[in-house]
Amino acid sequence: MFLIRRLVLAATAALGLAWGPALAQDDAPVVAAASDLQFAIEEIAAAFEVETGMRVRLSMGSTGNFARQIREGAPFQIFMAADEQFIAELHAEGLTRDAGDLYAIGRIVVMVPHGSTLTPDGEMDNLAEMLAAGQITRFAIANPDHAPYGMRAREALITRGLWDDLQPFMVLGENVSQAAQFALSGNAEGGIIAYSLALSPQVAPQGKYDLIPEDWHEPLRQRMALLSNAGPVAEAFYAYLMEPIAREIMERYGFALPEGE
Amino acid sequence: MDWTALWLSLRLAAWTVAILLPVSIFMGRFLAYRDFRGKGLVEALVILPLVLPPTVLGFYLLVSFGRNSPIGQWWQSVFGSQLVFSFEGLVVASVIFNLPFAIQPAQRGFEAIAVEVREAARCCGMSPMASLWKIELPLAWPGVMTAMVLTFAHTLGEFGIVLMVGGSIPGETKTIAIAIYDRVQGFDNRGAAIMSATLVAISLFTITITYGLSARIGRRLS
Repeated sequence: MFLIRRLVLAATAALGLAWGPALAQDDAPVVAAASDLQFAIEEIAAAFEVETGMRVRLSMGSTGNFARQIREGAPFQIFMAADEQFIAELHAEGLTRDAGDLYAIGRIVVMVPHGSTLTPDGEMDNLAEMLAAGQITRFAIANPDHAPYGMRAREALITRGLWDDLQPFMVLGENVSQAAQFALSGNAEGGIIAYSLALSPQVAPQGKYDLIPEDWHEPLRQRMALLSNAGPVAEAFYAYLMEPIAREIMERYGFALPEGE
Repeated sequence: MDWTALWLSLRLAAWTVAILLPVSIFMGRFLAYRDFRGKGLVEALVILPLVLPPTVLGFYLLVSFGRNSPIGQWWQSVFGSQLVFSFEGLVVASVIFNLPFAIQPAQRGFEAIAVEVREAARCCGMSPMASLWKIELPLAWPGVMTAMVLTFAHTLGEFGIVLMVGGSIPGETKTIAIAIYDRVQGFDNRGAAIMSATLVAISLFTITITYGLSARIGRRLS
């Protein structure tokens, strides 16, 4: 029966595809990295591969989401958080190998796309004026529920006394990369994003930015830790992150380490 | 172009089709021919994934497959690996999510077979299995084929559930749809555009081929 033969053939083809090789079984460890590291970590991972011949796989997202996924058993081997609080909690629950290491202090900036009516100033005076004049339609930050850069943006806006008035115009990115995407898409006057993203070659050409005063929000003390299932390649990459080449890349993206830490 | 992600999506779609093919034939046939109490509820349950937001399904899957759940722990003890944040977990999620696409068109296919035809087969002494194989499947074939193609194409495009239970792990749970999302967040619009166009082309090709096949078969049968 010709039709049936075809049906069987289609099913066999599907099964063949399903059983097929998983295109080079990949056992490179997965690094869960906060979105503010989007470009810096790609560079570091590439340098690591050139130097050692070892590979890591990167997964980018919001720190809060990663912390939740790690609790649910996600198979990450390194967690680079945008805020040390999340590492401390996971450590207390016995999910990390140790207390981890501080690897950067992050900063936030006001960034506006080219052609925006808003002037980028870290003190947000122009934002306050435009808000009062009803000239703000959309302003982007990362979601303060689970993204540290969103939490700090909220603190800075509260310090400046703009948080409540800005509410109706707020668009929230799922993480700080998406907030940057929203802020610079031309559909918003601007937003508050990570300094490291504003400095990256992909984002810098898209607008102008200005640092928000450091004392307007809690510091973004970024900590990383090896998770309990970390293997030798993850350990090597973790050590590499503290070496001069990686540090130099981090500094180029505006991440400083405080003296003596 | 993220070939790893595309290949992963194709494998996921193939697995889903392979698992749902027998399910669609037997469930579709059962629902088409049988009347029983609670049939309405069963049909509603089959359709449910179609109307629920993927996030709702994703949430329930996280809760029911997570490592603290009975299912998650059973899986861990049998296979020694996690169900959530793994390719196997995506297959399970995808199978559940595609039930309406796999069963509905097949059911319609079997319903379209005149009852006299089936009775004639039984009168001639055919066993139910032989009747299915020689009479019913050839007639219901366009429905079953449509079901499988919809399932395949739909799996390629699945995003919400994968985002909830996958974790975007390259080569494991980072499907083409997730890769596109990640590219956009990484300000790589060109990469996102290439991948999106590829996905559109594959989906269009798959569906066109099938409908062409179905139409030809339909003509030959009538």
